[in-house]
Amino acid sequence: MSEKSSQFMRGAKDGFPVVIAATPFGLLFGTLAIDNGFTISEAVLMSALVFAGASQMVGIELFGQNIAPWLILLSIFAVNFRHVLYSATLGRYFKHMSKSQQAIAFFFMTDPQFAASEQRGERGGKLTFAWYMGMAIPLYVFWVAEAWLGAVFGSLITNTEALGITFLLSIYFLALLMSFRGRSLFVPVVAASAMSSSIAFLTLGSPWHVSVGGVFGILVAACWPTRKREASQQ
Amino acid sequence: MMGDFLGLSDNVWIIIFAAIITYFTRVSGHLILSRFDTIHPRVEAGLNAVPAAVVTAIVVPAVLTGGWAEIITVIIAVIASLRLSMMKVFFMGWVLIIALRAIGL
Repeated sequence: MSEKSSQFMRGAKDGFPVVIAATPFGLLFGTLAIDNGFTISEAVLMSALVFAGASQMVGIELFGQNIAPWLILLSIFAVNFRHVLYSATLGRYFKHMSKSQQAIAFFFMTDPQFAASEQRGERGGKLTFAWYMGMAIPLYVFWVAEAWLGAVFGSLITNTEALGITFLLSIYFLALLMSFRGRSLFVPVVAASAMSSSIAFLTLGSPWHVSVGGVFGILVAACWPTRKREASQQ
Repeated sequence: MMGDFLGLSDNVWIIIFAAIITYFTRVSGHLILSRFDTIHPRVEAGLNAVPAAVVTAIVVPAVLTGGWAEIITVIIAVIASLRLSMMKVFFMGWVLIIALRAIGL
């Protein structure tokens, strides 16, 4: 097997848990889209073009409430604002890719894609385009197919609670989070994010807790006294 | 909401704009940052904190809204991830949550 295809397969393997864990959300989106007045092709189109779960859910909720289009778009922007941070962070590992590869890679940058890429980039900088697409393509194909399945068979999908699948994404992210524990300021960043996002979750609700927690965690790292930062890196 | 413009429904137009806005958020951070030759250490520290800060926030509701089954799974997964690979923790967590829910926790 060539180096590129083995990298691709490695990416597909790394992304496999995410494909499983994202399934109920992909199906749920398709079902909700129909409930909120979308056609089947519109549901599939949104998953194919936007490819960002949380913002699709928010968008679809607002569609059903007959809200002005610009307000729907503003909400989608607000939910996706965290991507700006991902993009700035991950772009540092994209430097060896061509411009068009970078442009393609950014389209597929979801939460798990970002976090898994950061983890890979950190371990010796082997973040190749082949690995990246190996993770991204199955996720994308399944996500779009699930929108269609959810839209067509929505009423047939029974409760997935018993199989624990809705909880899987949390386990995946938790395991990924722990892999960053060697980074400087890990504990203060996690503590700040956990506290601020808990408060935001209980007051503002989902999905705003993600942005709030992210911003507070980043601020703590950026404002941390320089001398202490050097000490904690040792 | 069912007007037509260039033969496309309002819904399709909103989807197209949503896609453009989403793609914009995905490239803009990199485009802004790559305009600078050097990155200030505080910005660098902030960027290095992005994964831990955001991923923590993503996991928080599972703990806050979870029952005993979820909380026990989270605690064991955290401890297990000190030793085991990500993939092993993931599948162990899956088995654990099904088992704990099956016994009625």
